[in-house]
Amino acid sequence: MRMNLEGTSLKREDIDSKRVLTTRFRSNAFYAWDTGRGIGRYLQGLKAGEIWGTHCDTCNRTVVPPRIFCERCMKNQVSWVKLQDTGIINTFSICYVNWDASRVEEPHLPAVIEIDGASQGHGILHVLDEVNPKDLKIGMKVKAVWKRPEERNADITDILYWKPY
Amino acid sequence: MSGGKNEVAIVGAGMTKFVRRAQETPKELAFEAVRMALDSAEMTLDDIDCVIQGTAPDAFDGIHMKGEYLCDGSGGWQKPYSRGYVGGGTGVFAPIQGWYHIASGMFETALVVCEEKMSTFQPHPQGAFLTIFDNMTERPLKPNLLWIFALEMNRYMSTYGLQIKDIAPVSVKNKNNALKHPAAQLGKEITLEQVLNSEVLAWPVLREMVSPTSDGACAVILANKKRAKKITQKPVWISGVGWNLDTAYWTNRDLAYPQYVENAARMAYKMADIREPKKEINIVEPYDPFAYKECHHLEGLQLADRGKAPQLAIDGVTLRTGNMPSCPSGGLLGVGNPIAAAGLMKVCELFWQLRGEAGERQVPGKPKYGLAQAWGDLMQVGTVLVVSN
Repeated sequence: MRMNLEGTSLKREDIDSKRVLTTRFRSNAFYAWDTGRGIGRYLQGLKAGEIWGTHCDTCNRTVVPPRIFCERCMKNQVSWVKLQDTGIINTFSICYVNWDASRVEEPHLPAVIEIDGASQGHGILHVLDEVNPKDLKIGMKVKAVWKRPEERNADITDILYWKPY
Repeated sequence: MSGGKNEVAIVGAGMTKFVRRAQETPKELAFEAVRMALDSAEMTLDDIDCVIQGTAPDAFDGIHMKGEYLCDGSGGWQKPYSRGYVGGGTGVFAPIQGWYHIASGMFETALVVCEEKMSTFQPHPQGAFLTIFDNMTERPLKPNLLWIFALEMNRYMSTYGLQIKDIAPVSVKNKNNALKHPAAQLGKEITLEQVLNSEVLAWPVLREMVSPTSDGACAVILANKKRAKKITQKPVWISGVGWNLDTAYWTNRDLAYPQYVENAARMAYKMADIREPKKEINIVEPYDPFAYKECHHLEGLQLADRGKAPQLAIDGVTLRTGNMPSCPSGGLLGVGNPIAAAGLMKVCELFWQLRGEAGERQVPGKPKYGLAQAWGDLMQVGTVLVVSN
């Protein structure tokens, strides 16, 4: 079958020379999110230097980030559990690019960290530091490095990063 | 099971070229794909009972209610028209929506259009993905989209003892396949060494193991049994449909195995009466935005054992000439990845392959059953379509 395909590929010079016209707009949206009962309490915990999860009494599962309901059984019989500020690396990456595809000098080290005290396989997204990327391994034990108490803002960045211990 | 197998057919297909930046507006891209689909079925807009539009985040275009904006270019003028959206899974979900519009008995024909123009977002389309991360617990960490793929790929590799070199043959296969696709953005002769020597973007993800950002559109026309047989002598029947969504708490999930893809596949296989997918599926178009995702998905689709999908590309089973060609189109890695359109491109490919119209890309052996799958949202949705001739 012969295909006559449309679609005109542009090159940078087509736009720069204004041979092809472009109009522009910059969005200026600004939001304020109410953190709710679950994440609100989680963030308050971070400010106090503590990581809190929730335990579903029906499913016998401790999760983090915490929620006031269990998405599996859709019940609200959950209790709050203080977790450790230690965990193990579930997976990690050594990332050399920013969101705009520009390159970074020192790689970012994002990881999913399974938090001690939560059910197996339950972790959070965070970043690693104070480690040679070459030495990173899945299963490695890591601990949170916190901001000083007076610098904390009830934000996930109250934990600066995680480091092997 | 209420049935539905082989009650609705694909009777026409069309697409635009996939390019990094298209001169055409989203409406114009949608129009070109629709025009080609209508022409291929020798139909006019009067023959279309309803229209389904699939397009991914409004954030790419900076146009609110993009479905409404796209209505005209999509043939939706004064028709029952709707937009469905499950992120990257949209391109296979849209024809599923078309299927149930017709299977319900409400409509005899449906036009399904998927469009994406990613290049509008400045300075790089990746920025439009930043808001998919959890607004309170993840975004303050300044994640980028590559993170979650690199994290998932590393977990997959580590669970099964795989290395990057085991997965790289998928890139070699798909990019070389795309050389023969006239719409392809990134078809190229590339060797395993070139893939392995390409830049490390986010270890273990290398540059040549990532699909590009793209502009493009695809369209298919669906019809019920009565109409399909009048429109064409070679209808491609929708034998099974499935879709499934996992939790958005992705850091609480098993990243080594896409359970939601298995759930979607089992739903489609049940409808299609497919008991042994490895034997019965002749040609497969799994979603391959990253090389490891093709492997991940072949396993979820029950077309490879867990951790064994990489071996299929290494052994040549999934080559165009192999026993189970995978991404004979060239996939997202080779043809390109205009999000929603990329998934529907896979359905178009099966349509052409099962009709013997794929030209240089035609797989040998007269395939009977094909499967297209897409994936997306926050790594959590699987959408599956099984078709047969």
